[in-house]
Amino acid sequence: MSFVKFENVDLAYAPGGALAIQDVSLEVKEGEFVAVVGPSGCGKSTLMKLISGLRMPSGGYVYVDGRQVGGPLKIVGMAFQNSNLLPWRTTLDNVMLPLEIVEPYRSTLKKERVRYEAEARQLLARVGLAGFEDKFPWELSGGMQQRASICRALIHQPRLLMLDEPFGALDAFTREELWCMLRDLWQQQPFTVILVTHDLREAVFLADTVYVMSKRPGRILVRREIELPRPRDLDVTYTDAFAGHVHELREHIGRVRAS
Amino acid sequence: MKVNLVKAAPWLVVAGMFLLWELICVGFAVPEFLLPAPSAVWKVGVEQFEPIMMHATQTFITTLAGFAIAVAVGLLIGMAVGSSPLLYRAMYPLLVGFNSIPKVAFVPVLVVWFGIGTVPAILTAFLISFFPVVVNVATGLATLEPELEDVLRSLGASRIDILGKVGLPRAMPYFFASLKVAITLAFVGSVIAETVASNLGIGYLMMSASSSMNMPLVFAGLIVIGVMGVVMYELFAFVEKRMTSWAHRKPDGAA
Ligand SMILES: Nc1ncnc2c1ncn2[C@@H]1O[C@H](COP(=O)(O)OP(=O)(O)O)[C@@H](O)[C@H]1O
Ligand SMILES: [Mg+2]
Repeated sequence: MSFVKFENVDLAYAPGGALAIQDVSLEVKEGEFVAVVGPSGCGKSTLMKLISGLRMPSGGYVYVDGRQVGGPLKIVGMAFQNSNLLPWRTTLDNVMLPLEIVEPYRSTLKKERVRYEAEARQLLARVGLAGFEDKFPWELSGGMQQRASICRALIHQPRLLMLDEPFGALDAFTREELWCMLRDLWQQQPFTVILVTHDLREAVFLADTVYVMSKRPGRILVRREIELPRPRDLDVTYTDAFAGHVHELREHIGRVRAS
Repeated sequence: MKVNLVKAAPWLVVAGMFLLWELICVGFAVPEFLLPAPSAVWKVGVEQFEPIMMHATQTFITTLAGFAIAVAVGLLIGMAVGSSPLLYRAMYPLLVGFNSIPKVAFVPVLVVWFGIGTVPAILTAFLISFFPVVVNVATGLATLEPELEDVLRSLGASRIDILGKVGLPRAMPYFFASLKVAITLAFVGSVIAETVASNLGIGYLMMSASSSMNMPLVFAGLIVIGVMGVVMYELFAFVEKRMTSWAHRKPDGAA
């Protein structure tokens, strides 16, 4: 039983115009960690919009949790390359923003504020932001902002976490730290993750399954299962098995470029 | 030392200007009916303190009334225009066209509708000062990042939610910045209307003083308007800073 399912999905932004993605079929199991890689402009963000119901497919079907997607889903959390934290809110208040919107939190927030706040603090502590709850976003480093942004995406306990190049703007060291943070969050309390990235090492290190997309119009070229044992440590990135996966994916991307 | 100089500089400039003005008037023996010296203006100001204050109060209240209407109407139109691209396209030419009409041209119309008195002055103050509020609120609302909108919509946020959680807070620095501009414009509007269509207020006082060649009193009126304008501007600048400190952030509390 798949949690997310695409059946021959096409999408054109303008009715009758050029396709952004074409004939995409894929299946994601509940709790699976999926990475999507592909050249810039190939429709990765478009894929995210289809899954979250922000866009309707021009052709084909999108199912999430057994139902056809017909509008914005409320069981997803999203984070992007830009943390998009609100500068007038403290880190804690930023993280709690979804609770002001999503039911059942929304209607119980007044009564249960103390409990929800404790949960938010706990989540921030899990990503290493204990002590920064009352700081404003501009007082945090880029990596910390991204951690907070991922907390905001998870606070309402979504079943599906969608990350669109979340670590793209970070330096290499910070990026690896955040890989581990995300790995730990996911391993402690599994949810389904769809991660869009252009970093093949990131995809192989984190994901169970990697999809490679072609350049526009985006199609799925390859699906690769990464059978590296879990829990994975950063050391795994220096093994031959790891390098082999990265290499193979790189070759597909190379072919995408050349074609 | 440096900080003190920065703080004192505006006062020094004002004092210097008055001094220069006094020296020119005394040095060149400028007749009082052309340009009264600051000392003569001060003398009239002290002698006629009570009537000046009475007219100043009238102008002040008129201005605040017009300004309050401008803020309310400006916020409403700004929110409507800023949150709906359709309304934006539809209203923009009308608003720009309206803004380019000199507001003094409305005064005769207002006099016909409401007679001589306070109402035309309030409405002129309103007409002249609501446009900056509209433009700033609309601009602030229209700068929502598409990704942030995606985050919120994917949570099931309604347009009202997005407006309340993100749009309005984001527009607040623009809004408060527009208040500074609007309050000074409101003074312009009420004084203009008072000079032609009232028998109360600083504008009226100056008009009647100039017709009896009482130039020191005219200048006393000008200075009173200037002082009220500066005080209100500074007040709203302070409020702006207080309400939107996140937009004036400086690292490590060096604000
Ligand atoms: N809102 C939009 N309207 C029209 N075209 C769009 C829109 N968003 C994306 N596109 C187009 O769709 C294609 C895929 O974009 P996107 O999904 O953002 O790519 P990626 O995230 O892989 O870089 C691009 O060619 C882009 O120009
Ligand atoms: Mg993208």
